[in-house]
Amino acid sequence: MSATGTHQAGTPGRVDTCAWIGGYPFRDFPHPDPEVLVRVLEREGFTGGWVGHLPGAFHRDPVPSNRALYAALAPHRAMLAPAPIVRPDWPRWEQMLRDAVNEGAPAVRAYPTLWGLGAGHQCMAELALACGEAGVALHLTVRFEDLRQRHPLDSAGDLTAAHVRQLARLPGLKANLVVAGAGRELIEETHWGLTPPEQQRVFYDWHWVWGPPEDHFAHLLRTIGAERFAWSSWWPLRLTQQAQALVDLLPAGESAAAPDNGSTGFGGMHFAHGGSISPGK
Amino acid sequence: MTDSANDPTMTMPPAPLGGTEPLIDPHAHFHTPLTNRSDWARYNASRLEMGERIGIRCHVASILGSWGATSPTYFSSPHDQTRANDFMFGLADQHADRVRAFVAVNPNFTAHALAEIERGMGRGAVGIKLAAARRTTDFGLLDEIGAAAAQYGVPVLQHIWQHRRREWPNQEASDGVELARLAVRHPKATFLLAHIGGGGDWAHTNPAVLEVPNIVMDFSGSGIDRGMIDEALRWVGAKRLLWACDLTLCTGLTKLRALAYTGASPDDIADMRWRNAVRIFPAGTFDTALARALEAA
Repeated sequence: MSATGTHQAGTPGRVDTCAWIGGYPFRDFPHPDPEVLVRVLEREGFTGGWVGHLPGAFHRDPVPSNRALYAALAPHRAMLAPAPIVRPDWPRWEQMLRDAVNEGAPAVRAYPTLWGLGAGHQCMAELALACGEAGVALHLTVRFEDLRQRHPLDSAGDLTAAHVRQLARLPGLKANLVVAGAGRELIEETHWGLTPPEQQRVFYDWHWVWGPPEDHFAHLLRTIGAERFAWSSWWPLRLTQQAQALVDLLPAGESAAAPDNGSTGFGGMHFAHGGSISPGK
Repeated sequence: MTDSANDPTMTMPPAPLGGTEPLIDPHAHFHTPLTNRSDWARYNASRLEMGERIGIRCHVASILGSWGATSPTYFSSPHDQTRANDFMFGLADQHADRVRAFVAVNPNFTAHALAEIERGMGRGAVGIKLAAARRTTDFGLLDEIGAAAAQYGVPVLQHIWQHRRREWPNQEASDGVELARLAVRHPKATFLLAHIGGGGDWAHTNPAVLEVPNIVMDFSGSGIDRGMIDEALRWVGAKRLLWACDLTLCTGLTKLRALAYTGASPDDIADMRWRNAVRIFPAGTFDTALARALEAA
């Protein structure tokens, strides 16, 4: 198996598309170290992970953060792939992207709301187009914490569906977009605001989607299709068991097939995987 | 080839997702036909079906008025709350082996609330659910509810916003500090501080209630922050913590599975899964539920 998403035999693995190492500015959590992440991912059945550097999300210059990420993951590259930050309104951001490619990153992370970049900002468009040319996915994080508990200094706000739609609609876009931390509303507002070809560029994780008794996750699988969804752990911010819990609590014996998408039932779901989202890696 | 008829593994239901040890959810909700959602029956069925799959032996549940249809969820009118309680008592009767009822009240209507509590106890309610309709420090209204809880020997489940730093819309929430002020006035009543994962800064709540032993806390809510359970265990200990779900069974299952990695002992985990619930609710509340076999996992 590999960190980017395929078993050696070529069958899809369960790749964690949203994990970080490092601390968080607004609260403490236990041991956010890569060697612990490796053990946790193995325990939870993941075959690899796309890993970001959490402190860097809150820094102005992401280069030192990326440097720290590459060094920290070096002993664990069989399991952990770097998903470094590329900040497109920063000088020489193209070099950040080249470095990411050279380090074998399957995806790069961007945090437009933390950088004050609104939906439709030209810099983000340039980054998305460059990601396509470089063969890496563009990873976007909706939020780090529940809105109700945020520190007063944590005032950037959530990523919006408009941010995602503007990127997915870019003419000539080749990159896939991975949206982590969205709930049902943002996913639906994005998906149903795109043309079918544009929809195919966007993948979501389901860590923040509600299961029973609301059953939002089951609803999304029926209406949007499992192939738009990718596994994630959200380590070290959230309990890693959540993605599996949501799958385990899908209604039994019920078909996920929407009349118009031909997808399989819950029993035969085919979620997206690292290899399908970032095939060049 | 195995003969499936003789293979015990083919006839036994799969083990519950949350393990085979008893499990009680002391913070559950149902809906009624009087709410503004057309899928109320599906919602209720989903809670019961998925509760079985997880291994929940008993849901201790309430209904908050009309859930906003004819009066606000946390400010239910007396009429709406009476109808909701009626439905809840009926649901508990219908599923007597797996559902027990809180009687929910709006403390702004003291006479109605006290009458509902008395009526509820007569209908088999095992606790009082206080919606966030009045700050818990408004002792002129809340003291009589606390006294009633002590009189009947039932716990009070109080909706809490962890570290409430301002007013939030559609509710008049209290936080751990504010509940503690009420709880110390009623040392013979047990207050179940709701959903440390249900919004706000849970880290604030642990020290706020540390020295108030008649406050216990439930884990419910959609929040699944790493460190939340660990810190609660470190501050108040397993004897004052109850596993629960509230609106999201999925995060309940996640937190249940995470308990094994918190360093809690098997005894601690049993306390949080069910034994603390048996301790704080009236004697015999869960006898039937704990004796029954789960229908299906």
